[in-house]
Amino acid sequence: MMWLTLLMVLPLAGSVVIVSLPKANEKLTKQVALATTLIVMGVTIAMAVGFERDNVELQFVEKYAWIPSFGINYALGIDGLALVLILMSTILAPVVVLASWNEAHGGRWSVKTFYILILVLETMMIGVFAATDLFLFYVIFEAMLIPVYFLIGGYGTGERSAAAVKFLIYSLFGGLLMLASIIALYVMSGAQGGHTFDLAALSNLEMSSTTQNFLFLGFFIAFAIKAPLWPLHTWLPDAAESATPGTSVLLLGVLDKVGTFGMIRYCLSLFPEASKTFTPAILVLAVISIIYGAILAIGQRDLKRLIAFTSISHFGFITMGIFAMTSQSQSGATLYMFNHGFSTAALFLVGGWMISRRGSSTIADFGGLQRVTPVMAWMFFLAGMSSLALPGLSSFVSEFLVLVGTFTRYPIHAIIATFGIVLAALYILIPVQKALHGPTTPGNENLSDLNLREKIAIAPVIAIIVVLGFYPSPLLKVINPAASHVIAQFGFSDPEPNLNSGDK
Amino acid sequence: MTFTAPALNYTLLSPMLILLGGALIGVLVEAFVSKALRPMVQLSITIGTLVLSLAQVWRIRNEESTTAAMGSVVIDGPAILLQASILIISIISVFLIADTDQFTALAAALPGSDEERHAVQTGNQVTEVYPLTLFAISGMMLFPVSSDLITLFVALEMLSLPLYLMAGLSRRRRLASQEAALKYFLLGAFSSAFFLLGMAYLYGYSGSVTFAGIRESVVGGSGNDVLLLIGIAFVSIGLLFKVGAVPFHAWSPDVYQGAPTPVTGFMAAATKVAAFGAMLRIYYTVFANAEWSWSPLLSAIAIITMLFGSLVAIAQRDVKRMLAYSSIAHAGFLLAGVIALNKAGLEASIFYLFAYGVATVGAFAVVTLVRDSGGEVTDLNRWKGLGKRSPWVAATFAGFLLAFAGIPLTSGFIGKFSIFSAAYENGAKGVVIAGVLASAVAAFFYIRVIVLMFFTDPIQDGTSIEIPSILTRTAISSSIVLTILLGIYPAPLLTMITNFSTFIR
Repeated sequence: MMWLTLLMVLPLAGSVVIVSLPKANEKLTKQVALATTLIVMGVTIAMAVGFERDNVELQFVEKYAWIPSFGINYALGIDGLALVLILMSTILAPVVVLASWNEAHGGRWSVKTFYILILVLETMMIGVFAATDLFLFYVIFEAMLIPVYFLIGGYGTGERSAAAVKFLIYSLFGGLLMLASIIALYVMSGAQGGHTFDLAALSNLEMSSTTQNFLFLGFFIAFAIKAPLWPLHTWLPDAAESATPGTSVLLLGVLDKVGTFGMIRYCLSLFPEASKTFTPAILVLAVISIIYGAILAIGQRDLKRLIAFTSISHFGFITMGIFAMTSQSQSGATLYMFNHGFSTAALFLVGGWMISRRGSSTIADFGGLQRVTPVMAWMFFLAGMSSLALPGLSSFVSEFLVLVGTFTRYPIHAIIATFGIVLAALYILIPVQKALHGPTTPGNENLSDLNLREKIAIAPVIAIIVVLGFYPSPLLKVINPAASHVIAQFGFSDPEPNLNSGDK
Repeated sequence: MTFTAPALNYTLLSPMLILLGGALIGVLVEAFVSKALRPMVQLSITIGTLVLSLAQVWRIRNEESTTAAMGSVVIDGPAILLQASILIISIISVFLIADTDQFTALAAALPGSDEERHAVQTGNQVTEVYPLTLFAISGMMLFPVSSDLITLFVALEMLSLPLYLMAGLSRRRRLASQEAALKYFLLGAFSSAFFLLGMAYLYGYSGSVTFAGIRESVVGGSGNDVLLLIGIAFVSIGLLFKVGAVPFHAWSPDVYQGAPTPVTGFMAAATKVAAFGAMLRIYYTVFANAEWSWSPLLSAIAIITMLFGSLVAIAQRDVKRMLAYSSIAHAGFLLAGVIALNKAGLEASIFYLFAYGVATVGAFAVVTLVRDSGGEVTDLNRWKGLGKRSPWVAATFAGFLLAFAGIPLTSGFIGKFSIFSAAYENGAKGVVIAGVLASAVAAFFYIRVIVLMFFTDPIQDGTSIEIPSILTRTAISSSIVLTILLGIYPAPLLTMITNFSTFIR
């Protein structure tokens, strides 16, 4: 059965249905969008049940010739890493649709267009993680910029068009660098036994180390822009500030993961030697991202920008975990990607509700929400705790794994990164204190608490954060084989624990 | 002295002969048919001729011959593909040219004169643009299939002379239009002179004007290399002028802006196919063995052209000028296909030419729709908020822009990918890197227009979207459908190109 194609076709079919609906009936449009995303989520879960956890080969493989002249295939397949990310994307989609029920009304265009864009984007989110043909991956990687661009520019607030353009130009620039590398790979594959974009075949190419280094950079810069790594991050705070909360969830929660996903799937597997060469530099950038993102988050006055900077810090952790090249850090990074999706979603959605009720996104405008809107305040508090990786919540497991895994090989980096956790406490507790506690700021007395729709939307997110905090093993069982496979495949081994060194 | 009648293979020449016949009938119609019937009759004849010619190209698609016209014309796979591309692009363009509102009622009258006013008042619209178009198309068809220098030059003049005239036919801003025509003519004549001079040197080098003869000398390497170099340089200047490569591009922004928009679209798309077709044939067959002498210089020109076109386009405030500079940048990308000098390069170039041509005609078709009381509005500032006024038109234009920018799922991306990979295969890494950087710069100004259309509020200044006529609508929708289709599923066309594209010598 063509599970993956089915997953990609369903949202598109939903968007076609929405196209045919009358423009005036906004409620029906939303219901169709919600139903579609729920069905996609159900199908994904059904697929995940059938996934063989210990099998490190690609599963649910599909392959059809697409452009035979260039050796391009429509080829899909998933391993544990891709499965986890697809699962995250399809769970977040209905949450976003439900949570941002009224977000589309402030837009330039109709509500209909908003949901069409969201559904088209969902198709691409699934495709980008499932593609096993480099060309197909690139096509989706670039094409998915367009719906996001229109979502930010058309439905955002403030300087939305400038933010949308900045986002697009940054991403396109990175994408074009990657295109140059892809062309080089394609030409080399032609010289070594026939043009192909098949990932497995490409990873066996022989190339000089200089070539490998250049091509690696082409890919890595593109991914580092996506998963914003310092110093290529500057588009993110602007985009997050302007986008609607729902768009931000998809942007930071899912799209930026394409960057870290690409680092594992493409950088490590295609250029293992170059990855080793650049690891020291990348780890330094990752540590800088962790600290820099955290410090800037502390200094933000705007709630949305604050969340964006916390994400830069978190992406630093993920990148560090990926390039530390131990199976623990690798598993941790993958789990981190999943968890970050949900804790950021919780922060953005609850933050978004606070902002739309108050009509301002400045942190100082809130205050005393704990008394006025207790449910909303508690949700924000929980989301914040998840972001600072409080033990018992899901992010703690992944952050711990990343740090432990990194420590075994790069202790100094791990130690410096640990300061990120301390700073995280600051950047979360300061807004929690300012916004939720203290005297009620004038103007806030009559804010309404979360309604039923909002409660239903946020409930699964919070549930996942809490449950996976206590019991992460279902997910880790899927992730661990894939992560160890990555490490083993590229000739890395975990450092042997040196138990005797203390005896002397 | 006895006279030998030339042996012509009329079947193989028929696509061109049909066009010339249609053009001559058009001239007669202009003279003898009453003015009420003329536009209708002319349009039917033109479209009919083009379709007939296309059918004829399809019929001879599997023929190959170097002796169709005593060795002056060569028919082979690439010839068929290029001729078919020119015809398809021309058919779409003629749909736009049919909008007589764009053309002056009486080109012979001075701007603002009594005669002109009289012609307008009595509705005495001349329709000479149709036969002119057909003459130009027949020249374009001959250009890439010529296989000696004399025929090549005749074809060059055949396609150029009608275009010079057509550039001056605009109904509004007639002075600018005439200035554009004159500029085009003078610079074109200048480049023709270079071309002729180059021909003379090549003749001096090889003692032959046929491609086969010159090729033999190049392969044999017996002649005087200085003559060859000068010959290549001057012939290249003539060709580079036609495709608008830097530093021979100066005419194109003014001509693009001044000419009536349907003519601009036709010129930008079809001339490029013809000129690059001829260029590919000459470089791939005649000069191939002298690659060392032209490749470095052509690479430099390609790089400068891409970067210059993209960078200067950023500063443009007029949509037609912006598209002109964008077409300069695309000429640079296409030169990468010439430099590639391999089968992949030929295939990529033909695909690119067709895809770009279709998108260009479509984009200019959209430009004809944005008007105020005084005619077309080409000032970009007044395109603000177009997406609000007319979402479909704006979305279509955005589609063409994304294709120009080479975003995946449009034909532009497949074209760019294939042409760059072909150039890379030949070791032209510098060209590929410059191309990628230029694409990033180009993306910026294409996106800026999208921002203008969608993310800014409209200003009330009387700019409106004309309801497109059925012909314009056909032109726009067929272009956008082709552009998207070739981006999502290009396999059939690419396979066809692969099967066809080998030059015979």
